[in-house]
Amino acid sequence: MNLLLDAIRWVFDPANYGGPNGIDTRSGEHLALSGLVLLIAVVIAVPFGYFIGHTGHGRGIIVPLSGGVRALPTLGLLILVALNVGIGVVAPVVALVVLAIPSILAGAYSGFEAIDRRVIDAARAVGMTEWQILIRVEIPLGLPLLIGGLRSASLQVIATATLADYVSGGGLGHFLFLGLQTNNYPEMLGGSIVVIVLALASEGLFGLLQRLVVPAGVAARQPKDVRLRPVRSQTALG
Amino acid sequence: MIEFRSVSKQFPGGTVAVNDFSLVIPSRKTTVLVGSSGSGKTTILRMINRMIDPTSGSIEIDGEDISTLQPVKLRRRIGYVMQNSGLLPHFSVIDNVATVPILSGMPKKKAREQSLALLDTVGLDRSLAHRYPSQLSGGQQQRVGVARGLAANPNILLMDEPFGAVDPIVRAELQAELIRLQRELDKTVVFVTHDIDEAFLLGDQVVILETGGHIVQVGSPTEILSDPANDFVASFIGADKGKRALTIRKTPRGEILVDSEGRAAGVLVPAQDGADR
Amino acid sequence: MNWIANNLDQVGQLTLAHLAIALPPIVLSFVISVPIGWLANRLRWSRGILRWSSGALLTLCVLLYAIPSFPLFVALPSLIGTGLRDPVNVVVGLTLYGIALMVRTSADGLAAVDPDVRESATAVGFSGWSRFWRVELPLSAPVLLAGLRVVAVSTVSLTTVGAVLGISSLGTLFTDGFQRNIPAEIATGIVVTMAIALIIDAILVLVGRLLLPWVRATSRAGGPRTSRSVKQAVVT
Ligand SMILES: Nc1ncnc2c1ncn2[C@@H]1O[C@H](COP(=O)(O)OP(=O)(O)OP(=O)(O)O)[C@@H](O)[C@H]1O
Ligand SMILES: [Mg+2]
Repeated sequence: MNLLLDAIRWVFDPANYGGPNGIDTRSGEHLALSGLVLLIAVVIAVPFGYFIGHTGHGRGIIVPLSGGVRALPTLGLLILVALNVGIGVVAPVVALVVLAIPSILAGAYSGFEAIDRRVIDAARAVGMTEWQILIRVEIPLGLPLLIGGLRSASLQVIATATLADYVSGGGLGHFLFLGLQTNNYPEMLGGSIVVIVLALASEGLFGLLQRLVVPAGVAARQPKDVRLRPVRSQTALG
Repeated sequence: MIEFRSVSKQFPGGTVAVNDFSLVIPSRKTTVLVGSSGSGKTTILRMINRMIDPTSGSIEIDGEDISTLQPVKLRRRIGYVMQNSGLLPHFSVIDNVATVPILSGMPKKKAREQSLALLDTVGLDRSLAHRYPSQLSGGQQQRVGVARGLAANPNILLMDEPFGAVDPIVRAELQAELIRLQRELDKTVVFVTHDIDEAFLLGDQVVILETGGHIVQVGSPTEILSDPANDFVASFIGADKGKRALTIRKTPRGEILVDSEGRAAGVLVPAQDGADR
Repeated sequence: MNWIANNLDQVGQLTLAHLAIALPPIVLSFVISVPIGWLANRLRWSRGILRWSSGALLTLCVLLYAIPSFPLFVALPSLIGTGLRDPVNVVVGLTLYGIALMVRTSADGLAAVDPDVRESATAVGFSGWSRFWRVELPLSAPVLLAGLRVVAVSTVSLTTVGAVLGISSLGTLFTDGFQRNIPAEIATGIVVTMAIALIIDAILVLVGRLLLPWVRATSRAGGPRTSRSVKQAVVT
């Protein structure tokens, strides 16, 4: 418990703020890295996921493939990329994007698949074009599950981004690695606490967002937890 | 007029849902397709608005081969009402009804106003306009479905077991409502059901189907009742069990009709004009 | 390729070390979680404080799950009194994750058992205990299995993270390969780790088929892809 108190003291010690290795700077880096990764992953995964969800094509290939990707150890990928492109922020971005894609992809296509077939059938029968079905029906109704996928991805990315500094990629991992080398427990624990706070904040934020994007007419019917459980399959790494 | 010419439909799995089906569906009348589950009713219905394309044969609407028409355009001029209404859960009632007019480019305001009027037509209170489908009863949802089907003022209205999922009392109400509507609007209605009583109640022309979309008998309810084509039809319409074999029994107050088991089924009154359906 | 041939021994030893760390959490988290999940599900239907405690239990699992593993491995020694480089830290940490995931899954799986089935089982005379073993557990088994597969794959993959703390596993190939700049060593680590994860996954699928023969019979008609056409058929 003493160690925990020391760690909390470390977190609130003004001496640990400011400068390139301040908690504030490092947290900023951590969030910027995570945000960038999520953005790239969304740009890649969402169109694919929507395509699979709308057409039903490609599911047989993509689903096992993204299952396989889930088995990929991110630390190994991170280091392998770093050896090829050099240390710095590029390797973490690549490795984390790969980590984030399966959840977002699954969120995108399962969001579409969870829509009652009859609703889409009726939309087509009254004369909506495929494009209109996508924009007006599938995307709004699939949004809660997509955000659910994003929520899982964000949690994984924020957690795993602690490994980025192993290849000098910046972020909060700095305190963990430094503390580890110098046997500085308060620093290690304190750094962990900050990461955990960020992870919980992400959970809270996306949880809220997930509620907000449930279309009113759907919320009226099912006050259910829309968290996407199958997507949360990969434990937070790092 | 809708005309099917030797239409067949084989699904990718190999099922021949409809085999060499030919039928003329007259304009401004209600044609009811009735048959047991899997007989191909839905498939036939959905070929009219090209939700399903036939494998062979042709379908014409007012002499125009529909395979030459764009599916989306075709669907927008044909109303479609299905079981469980198929309403968009994230659109309010009024937006659901206004969907097609808005898709076709009508200004939103005008489409909404017109949709409000349609709510009156189908007997829905305007106060429900801003509710979501999930906040309505099954019968109300079904009425919204009908209103949506009518929204683009189509000449043709396709209805696939529209009242199949509501309880008998509400169903009777909706049926009566449809009869009233049809008297006012004079649409070409193609109605699918597997309830023979509903078919006789609503249909000007009733088509009895067997597996594969095979037509067993076509005719007015009167024709079918008075002369069932074969034993299948007889048993399907219940004539063999005596359900429809009514006899007159005289009572001190007048004449009543009883079925073969002696249960009262109605009273005998003088015929009215046009009551020969 | 050369590297592998020269270091087959080391890879073999690290694989064993990896399995020694990864397997216990998979088994432990399953065994611990199912009863907790059952309890949480039971409490969900009670009132007042008990019901609240079920919600709290499940929320706790979500929070636990949100803790990143590397910081957890670092923090655990000071909480449970182990050494900083003790493999037990990783085992305990991964078990906690497994529990966090499996408790929710078990609660949901058990909750998904059709209440009618449960009632009729009671009606035909199953006692509470035998009803659990003979009815509820088998019926929720597909969900439990799916959860277990997720736990297994992620546990195998996460075990590598211990290497940055100096705990031997296939992850050691990553850190060592990084320091000595040998891409082949890292690639080997990745491939072997994935292979282990996928083999364990395949074993679980196989065990599932043997123990739950009825699942295949039902899911053939209602798999994710087919269910669409089934629903489609219901529509039409
Ligand atoms: N999309 C499809 N793919 C493959 N087979 C289909 C499809 N839709 C329908 N069928 C098959 O075609 C046959 C006719 O189906 P259809 O839906 O037209 O029957 P129906 O008369 O409407 O039945 P119900 O009264 O149950 O609605 C059935 O054997 C059905 O299984
Ligand atoms: Mg049908």
